[in-house]
Amino acid sequence: MLTDFVPLFLMIAMALGLAMSLLKLAEWLGPKRPRAIKASAYESGMDPVGTARDRYSVKFYLVGMIFIVFDVEIVFMYPWAVSFRHFLANGGGLGSLAVISVFVVILLVGLLYDIKKGGLDWD
Amino acid sequence: MLETFLFFLFAIVAVVGALGMLIARNPVSSALWMIMTLFSIACLYITLNAEFIGVIQVLVYAGAIMVLFLFVIMLLNLESMPSLGDLDWRKVVAFALGIAVLAQLLVVISLKLDVMPEPVAIAEAADATSATNIGIALLTEHSFSLEIIGVLLLAATVGAVMLAKKRFV
Amino acid sequence: MYDFLLPDMGATAPILLVALIGVVLVVVDSFSNDSASIPWLSGAVLVAAITIELARVGVTDSAFMGHVMSGGFASFVNVVILLGALGSVILSVPYLSRTGHNFGEVHALILIATAGMMVLANAGSLITLFVGLETMSICLYVLTGLVRDNERANESALKYFLLGAFSTGFFLYGIALLYGATGTMMLSDMPAALVETGRTGFFAGGVALLLIGFFFKVSAVPFHMWTPDVYQGAPTTLAGFMSTASKTAAFAALILVLGRILPLDDVGLDTRHVLAIVAAITMVVGNVLALAQRNIKRMLAYSSIAHAGYILTGLAAGALGYAGALYYLLAYTVMNIGAFGVMSVLEWDGKQGAEQTIDSLAGIGSRKPLLGVAMGVFMFALSGFPPLAGFFGKYFVFAAAVDAGLTWLALIGVLASVVSAYYYLRVLVAFWMKKPEDAHVSVQSAAFDVPLFSKVVLVACVAALIALGIVPGFITEAAGAFFVTPEATALLP
Repeated sequence: MLTDFVPLFLMIAMALGLAMSLLKLAEWLGPKRPRAIKASAYESGMDPVGTARDRYSVKFYLVGMIFIVFDVEIVFMYPWAVSFRHFLANGGGLGSLAVISVFVVILLVGLLYDIKKGGLDWD
Repeated sequence: MLETFLFFLFAIVAVVGALGMLIARNPVSSALWMIMTLFSIACLYITLNAEFIGVIQVLVYAGAIMVLFLFVIMLLNLESMPSLGDLDWRKVVAFALGIAVLAQLLVVISLKLDVMPEPVAIAEAADATSATNIGIALLTEHSFSLEIIGVLLLAATVGAVMLAKKRFV
Repeated sequence: MYDFLLPDMGATAPILLVALIGVVLVVVDSFSNDSASIPWLSGAVLVAAITIELARVGVTDSAFMGHVMSGGFASFVNVVILLGALGSVILSVPYLSRTGHNFGEVHALILIATAGMMVLANAGSLITLFVGLETMSICLYVLTGLVRDNERANESALKYFLLGAFSTGFFLYGIALLYGATGTMMLSDMPAALVETGRTGFFAGGVALLLIGFFFKVSAVPFHMWTPDVYQGAPTTLAGFMSTASKTAAFAALILVLGRILPLDDVGLDTRHVLAIVAAITMVVGNVLALAQRNIKRMLAYSSIAHAGYILTGLAAGALGYAGALYYLLAYTVMNIGAFGVMSVLEWDGKQGAEQTIDSLAGIGSRKPLLGVAMGVFMFALSGFPPLAGFFGKYFVFAAAVDAGLTWLALIGVLASVVSAYYYLRVLVAFWMKKPEDAHVSVQSAAFDVPLFSKVVLVACVAALIALGIVPGFITEAAGAFFVTPEATALLP
């Protein structure tokens, strides 16, 4: 069972190793001649103004929250999609479709509510 | 054997990540440490043959929930926490030693008292946690719970909008 | 494969109906903001659900392969929860309209919370238990923080959320350990699985964590800290909803768990002592702290902690006390909805009147006789004067404790009730025997009417308390039947 995951682990290990070694190599090999203008934050040619640590608007949170709700919805839909063949073979295709449809419709009501109440508007 | 080795490897990484989260003084680094913990927990699931749960762990926790965490950290614009220098390190060491002794005691007691239940065979566990079988259970015997969870997610959406939009002040 | 779906949907019709209308209300509110039809719809569906459940009290059934129970015990508890929700909805409409918070979403969330409570109270497996608990809690967190421009409301919502999420962690950990120890999620399979595996430390740990989760939800004493702040900060009628319906649901689920997986004769013996000790501490601490409160909502919060202690006394008595506890839950729901209802009317604008204390309400009884008389009945019932329902509730749980050999516990309970009479009657002294001139000027000059809907609910609560007190046998026989008939014992030993 676990051997199925060896390629995955290998890939993760390679990705991590590559990323870390490239960063480290650049640090070692790259010549360092810092100047004030090089060390300043890059703001597309403008002088940076104020602090970078500014408070974000609560709107980001709202979008994040809605994202999570639909992310969790996918978690519940995926097992249905995978097991649908089993349901078809055992005469439960329509029933399982009905159950998951009700679930999706309930969540669509949430989306409808969001749109209508301006939860997705950026004011 | 490989499973056991990987399990304990990831278990240690998870604990290290959790400790790092507590020790890190910058909230964003704390969040990154926490991603490490959540990721190694996902790996733990995979070493236990619960592949679906493992993937979901990465998708939902290490992915979505952490995004929300970072949003909230930036929303609150948290300052860095006071440095660890103020801590009395003797107390920390004493605490760690105390925990170690407690763990030892618990292990001894649990061996004596037959605390651990019989483990389920790995093949059986793997079968029960495949996405297909979860789907079959979810859509038949848990169909009621599924719909109620849908309503719960709807309530969470409505609640988020109510707490965030100006109209409701 | 889906032959079970339609009959099982019929068996769980009240829950599905309430949840469905909750979803429909969100749709209605999306298209027409805060439509006036929303409270009517939600009231109608609650009445319909009560009717269905009343018709099903006689049957004992389970649905969705045993994951949800239906009829009998479940129906009785659902009726109590739905009555609490109905009273709160009717009282909320005038109260929230006056404070400008009568949003359609509030009613949708109340209905969804009610559905969650019913799922919690009818749970046949640990999964439905948790799903119901979460559905209820999420809605209540939002409802607590409804008044966003009030700092105290924000504080209470945040406290409730953080502590609630923490206790959910305990609950979930307990479920995981129980599943690990017994290998089953079904409550009905647990006794058999326990016989097979024996009582492992895993199991004991799971039960302990699960009990902590429950104690938090019913605000038993070591886990009660959130209650006063939350009840004081939440909108008054919704605090009434939280203190009655959600506690009823949590206690019903606790009875299910205790009755199923901890039968008293065998493994549950030390759990009974845990319950008895927690009940004793809860009664003492709740009542003593209530003595010191001048804010009436805060006093009611401590009183609700004390009442959780009385009900836990009944549960500590085991199967003997379950019927009494069910009667107590019904009586407690009626009197607490009423008491919070009176306070909601007295907070006429939600601003100046939001903080009513013993002093600010001096002489209000002679200005508003209906409120004064109703509050009198509720206070007498809460303190347990015969012949009101509160007396018989206490009698049943204390008698069960004595029968179960917990005489010391019953004694503590009786003494605690004597103490409680002081703070309940102090409210009446303020209402009737103080002169209105003693109150703040703002209260004296405030002109407010008692809304018709509030009057109806208060009068109904008073009538119900008297009726339940005069013929308590009717309810206890119904409740007692759940714990003796063969079908019921099959479901609930």
